[in-house]
Amino acid sequence: MRISRRILAGLATASLAVTATSCGGGGTSGSFDDTVTVGILHSLSGTMAISESTLVDTEKMAIEEINAAGGVTVGGKSYKIEYIVEDGASDWPTFAEKSKKLIDQDGVPVVFGGWTSASRKAMLPVYESKDAFLYYPIQYEAQECSNNIFYTGATPNQQSEPATDFMYKRSPAAGGDFFLVGSDYVFPRTSNTITKAQVKQLGGKVVGEDYLPLGNTEVAPIISKIKKALPEGGIIINTLNGDQNVAFFKQIQDAGITPSSGYYVMNYSIAEEEISTIGPEFLEGHYGAWNYMMSIDTPASKKFAASFKKRWGADRVVADPQESAYNMVYLWKQAVEDAGTFDDNAVREALVGQKFDAPQGPVEVMPNHHLSQTVRIGEINAEGGFTILEETGVVLPQAWNQKHPSSKGFACDWTDPSKGEKYKL
Amino acid sequence: MELLLDSLFNGVAIGSVLLVAALGLAIVFGLMGVINLAHGELMMLGAYTTYVTQLIFKLPLLKPFYNSYIIVSIFLAFIVSGVVGILLEKTIIRKLYGSPLETLLATWGVSLILQQFVRSVPLAYGTGLVISLLIGLFIPTTFPSKIKESINFKYFKFSSWIFAALSGVLTGSVISSSVSKLSRASARNVDVTAPSWMRGQVEIIGTAFPKTRLMIIVITLISVIAITLFLNQSAWGMRIRAVTQNRQMSDCLGISTEKVDIITFGIGSGLAGVAGVAVSLLGSVGPNVGGNYIVGCFMVVVLGGVGNLLGTVLASFGIGIMTDLIGAGRLLSIWPDMPLPLSNTINFFATTSMARVMIFALIVIFLQFKPTGLFPQKGRMVEN
Repeated sequence: MRISRRILAGLATASLAVTATSCGGGGTSGSFDDTVTVGILHSLSGTMAISESTLVDTEKMAIEEINAAGGVTVGGKSYKIEYIVEDGASDWPTFAEKSKKLIDQDGVPVVFGGWTSASRKAMLPVYESKDAFLYYPIQYEAQECSNNIFYTGATPNQQSEPATDFMYKRSPAAGGDFFLVGSDYVFPRTSNTITKAQVKQLGGKVVGEDYLPLGNTEVAPIISKIKKALPEGGIIINTLNGDQNVAFFKQIQDAGITPSSGYYVMNYSIAEEEISTIGPEFLEGHYGAWNYMMSIDTPASKKFAASFKKRWGADRVVADPQESAYNMVYLWKQAVEDAGTFDDNAVREALVGQKFDAPQGPVEVMPNHHLSQTVRIGEINAEGGFTILEETGVVLPQAWNQKHPSSKGFACDWTDPSKGEKYKL
Repeated sequence: MELLLDSLFNGVAIGSVLLVAALGLAIVFGLMGVINLAHGELMMLGAYTTYVTQLIFKLPLLKPFYNSYIIVSIFLAFIVSGVVGILLEKTIIRKLYGSPLETLLATWGVSLILQQFVRSVPLAYGTGLVISLLIGLFIPTTFPSKIKESINFKYFKFSSWIFAALSGVLTGSVISSSVSKLSRASARNVDVTAPSWMRGQVEIIGTAFPKTRLMIIVITLISVIAITLFLNQSAWGMRIRAVTQNRQMSDCLGISTEKVDIITFGIGSGLAGVAGVAVSLLGSVGPNVGGNYIVGCFMVVVLGGVGNLLGTVLASFGIGIMTDLIGAGRLLSIWPDMPLPLSNTINFFATTSMARVMIFALIVIFLQFKPTGLFPQKGRMVEN
């Protein structure tokens, strides 16, 4: 009896020790004139930790690469980048609180952070009121354009719009009806509003739409709806989040909703990392749309994947969110060097127009604080990767979506003081 | 006809997931009155047991029997969750009988510990720990009564725990060296893949049914029948019912209430483990998997009437069928030309999120009229 209690106590301490995350320093030592400390703010505990920790790894790698190449040179002095990692704990108010701490207490010139839109929305007022700068690396629903946030992920017109177009015109289910499935929160609902408008424009039909409450894995009612709405097969647009995808794909396969019976699923939240969790045998033959895919056959892409594997282990994969995180660290470095200072306002001005030869190909920062990117449509293959089917040219970002009824005809431009966050085109 | 069959099947399928998850709770909460918030985590342990079993059956030695791993894991999950449940009862819950608020807080704490445990301890060593517990708890009970009564029994007990710990460490390291996926701690969700004979669908009377769903229905049916037989036909089942009805009186008549408590809690926890196997077939396995079901479980038990298995069964199938009727908008296909305002209302609730809201609302309304659930316990309860 006594022993079993001791084991429990041991377990408790062990788990505490692991949850308590600490700050880290960066990189190798070399000869630098000074150091600059940046903030990294992602969830390292809680439900989002699985996804967000990969971004921390990528950002650390980018910083180490920059340090190894001589650090950041500002005003003739070379600075070594050091970082403070804070844990947002998958809790949105914590993100705001830790942002305040990084800005006020640690005085960092820039924070790289966030994943969920909820965490970004929680942090936004902090950065705006303190006039600080957040770099946010995730593909998201857009409909936002802050002077104090720099968004390196795709906007819907850089992901879902080309994907919908592909599904309706050139996929094996071309011309078929659409069914939209998503988790019940802001990204799927906004994304689907845009998709519905676009399908209507294309002349197609959305025959059904359903949202699964977060955490719910009972897909049976959705399956019967899909079967009723699309008896002969068709196009399913999937914006489910995380684990819900596992339940969804396992159960639709059992219910006979597969590519071989004419159902093709286009996914906006499934990258290489998720494919390996869900299992390629459930996903083979379905589609995904991203700016970066690990199978891109260019030296820059291969180098990115190889250095990540070398740094963090051969079984690790890189995916679109990580590429965005990698790009933003380099873009920040370039902007700081161009501005010749770490001062936010000067860096913000220097940031627009920065070009970077990213793993996905060239990207450029636009006046609306988003990136111009290349969009790729891939088919999921048995090896757990994407077979890239098509690739657009460079697509300019729309912070205000031109198909969404509430933002049609608006744009954002921070380089012109008379335009700003939202102006009529 | 086909529509009705399809709808009925879907309702039963959803209901049987609820039922298998709630069955253990119906015993622990229903019969013993213990509010066990760690019930979901006991399910999670069952789900992880399935995952570990699956990987172990991929080893060359067991590879020929791979297709049967899911059957084996049902028994293993029952044992694993049962042992952890017994430990929980012996260490924490026993001291808190009669104080529901403290039990609630303590078991919630346990659920957090268990969640973090699977995140931060490699599963191989987790398995080792469970094996230590199993051996440590059961070796002392096998000693002949002569030794048990001797003064030196505690030394015997202590040495058996040392043996248990050693064998746990040994199993842990053997598993971790042979299955690399289990040798590192990971917060990542893992996946249980059903063996090939359980994937796809079977056709019955012209309608195709997914095999995993049928499997879950079968698991649920067997669990319900087994537990009903146990409670109503076996000697221990009779003792459990006696203690539930009148603890003091049973104690006076020579029933070891302590033993009854352990057995009841162990069985309830073990059933949670079986539910974990069923749940792992539907979605992914992760630290939070149990938390998603716990509210549903309590809902089913309360709706069915605390302390009544038949009520639990009917409540889960009732909720399942309602979920399907409302969530999939089936009422419209059953009655296509209903008046417009009604059909608009039904359409509004015909999404998974809104169906949930509707069902909760219906349950709340129902409990206003029948606060003790579908089948309230008859007779006098002399608990307090």
